[in-house]
Amino acid sequence: MPYFQPNRFRGKLIVVEGIDGSGKSTQLSLLSQWLRSQGIAVSFSEWNSSPLVKETTRRGKKKAMFTPTSFSLIHATDFADRLETYIIPLLKAGAVVCADRYAYTAYARDVVRGVSRRWVRNLYRFAIRPNLSFYFKVPLDIALGRILGGRHALKYYEAGMDLGLSRNIEESFRLFQGRILEEYEMMSDEMGFHVIDATQSIEAQQRQMREIVMRELGDSLRDEVLHLPIGERNGSEEASRIL
Amino acid sequence: MAPKKPLEFYSEALPGVDTTELQGKLIVIEGPDAVGRTTQIVRLQEWLEHRGHAVLATGLARSALARKGIQRAKQGNTLGPITMTLFYATDFADRLENEIIPALRAGFIVLTDRYIFSLIARGVARGEDRLWLERVAGFALVPHAIYYLKADVSDLVSRVVFGRGRFDYWESGMDMRFGQDMHDSFVKYQTRIIQSLDHMAKRYHFTVIDASRGPDAIFRDLQKSISKLFPPSGLRQTRTRGAAGA
Repeated sequence: MPYFQPNRFRGKLIVVEGIDGSGKSTQLSLLSQWLRSQGIAVSFSEWNSSPLVKETTRRGKKKAMFTPTSFSLIHATDFADRLETYIIPLLKAGAVVCADRYAYTAYARDVVRGVSRRWVRNLYRFAIRPNLSFYFKVPLDIALGRILGGRHALKYYEAGMDLGLSRNIEESFRLFQGRILEEYEMMSDEMGFHVIDATQSIEAQQRQMREIVMRELGDSLRDEVLHLPIGERNGSEEASRIL
Repeated sequence: MAPKKPLEFYSEALPGVDTTELQGKLIVIEGPDAVGRTTQIVRLQEWLEHRGHAVLATGLARSALARKGIQRAKQGNTLGPITMTLFYATDFADRLENEIIPALRAGFIVLTDRYIFSLIARGVARGEDRLWLERVAGFALVPHAIYYLKADVSDLVSRVVFGRGRFDYWESGMDMRFGQDMHDSFVKYQTRIIQSLDHMAKRYHFTVIDASRGPDAIFRDLQKSISKLFPPSGLRQTRTRGAAGA
């Protein structure tokens, strides 16, 4: 992948991707608990969460001021802030950083909004290349069923209403997610995603995820990343069993 | 870079914008900090309006979307260089799509105090990749003219001292600590910016204006050159009208 900067740090970067309702956040949370139980330093980073940029994103969303380009840029700004002030320092310190969505989310969403693939891929070139990227592959109807169950009121940009696909917010969301899904599918091979079949049980998915983590990063997790001193560990028994 | 016509996109079309609809003129004033760009913009606007042109004056970090966010981010102490670049790019995109393009569509003259070139130069000065920056900013429209107010860093230093009387944190690039104090950092940072602008001058067809002179001399050069952007007959007419009204 020529798109990112290589990770030259002690820490490792693990990324989950997938459309809304694919179950990726649940899986990442389970994975991080497992890593923590082995005394490994784990940090989380969520999409669209930089305190520095939040105010601007909110203003833009509230007044529906965004164009595809400014929408893309403000999310890249948010990402850059998290990368510069949070992810990179933690990777340097040796933490395993677990990112719920990464640049791939922008590759999918922003392209659906109308910016070119070439441009948005260049935009995120400053990002650190993940050590592992999981893609939670799920048919559209299953994901929509999980999201549109009722509890959740869809928001304007979340439903892709700015694209003018439909006046009905739920219908717009369906069409929008469908297109995002297509983009994910299209980039999956190129980006080297580890594809997880997200129609499986939660337990089966987690088992598969842990196997891949051990196979790909086992040595680094044992020898390279930052660990709690032995005496301060919880669940160190389980840890020694797994590693 | 292949020569592009005014009001075409440099390398990336903005979704939903038809550039053939654009009629006005886009005029850019570039140059390092403290070189006197703002003074010239004020005088140019007055002059052009006097001649019957509708003018929109705009500049970096003035967008409805990102202006406040950038101000706030600069007050803190965690603004990283790439984040800053992208925040300014967001501001630029918002102004381009919501101010500059609508004004051009309506036939205005848009005078902009800096453009993508300052954004690129600042990024390059902070060690960012030039090609990355140029591609990020590739959705900018090619201006009719780019005036580069060029001066040595020693001129800038003297203008800061005799003008505002103190060095500014961001104009000195103190976020990067280029030098031990504001003066040293200013000199190093602005030197890099000037180098970067010089580097772009040829590729982007800047018109270089010697800004080591006084404001009147600079203004006369700008007037002379801008006059050429308008069809001779049209300008003469408006000039006559302007003179009659004065």
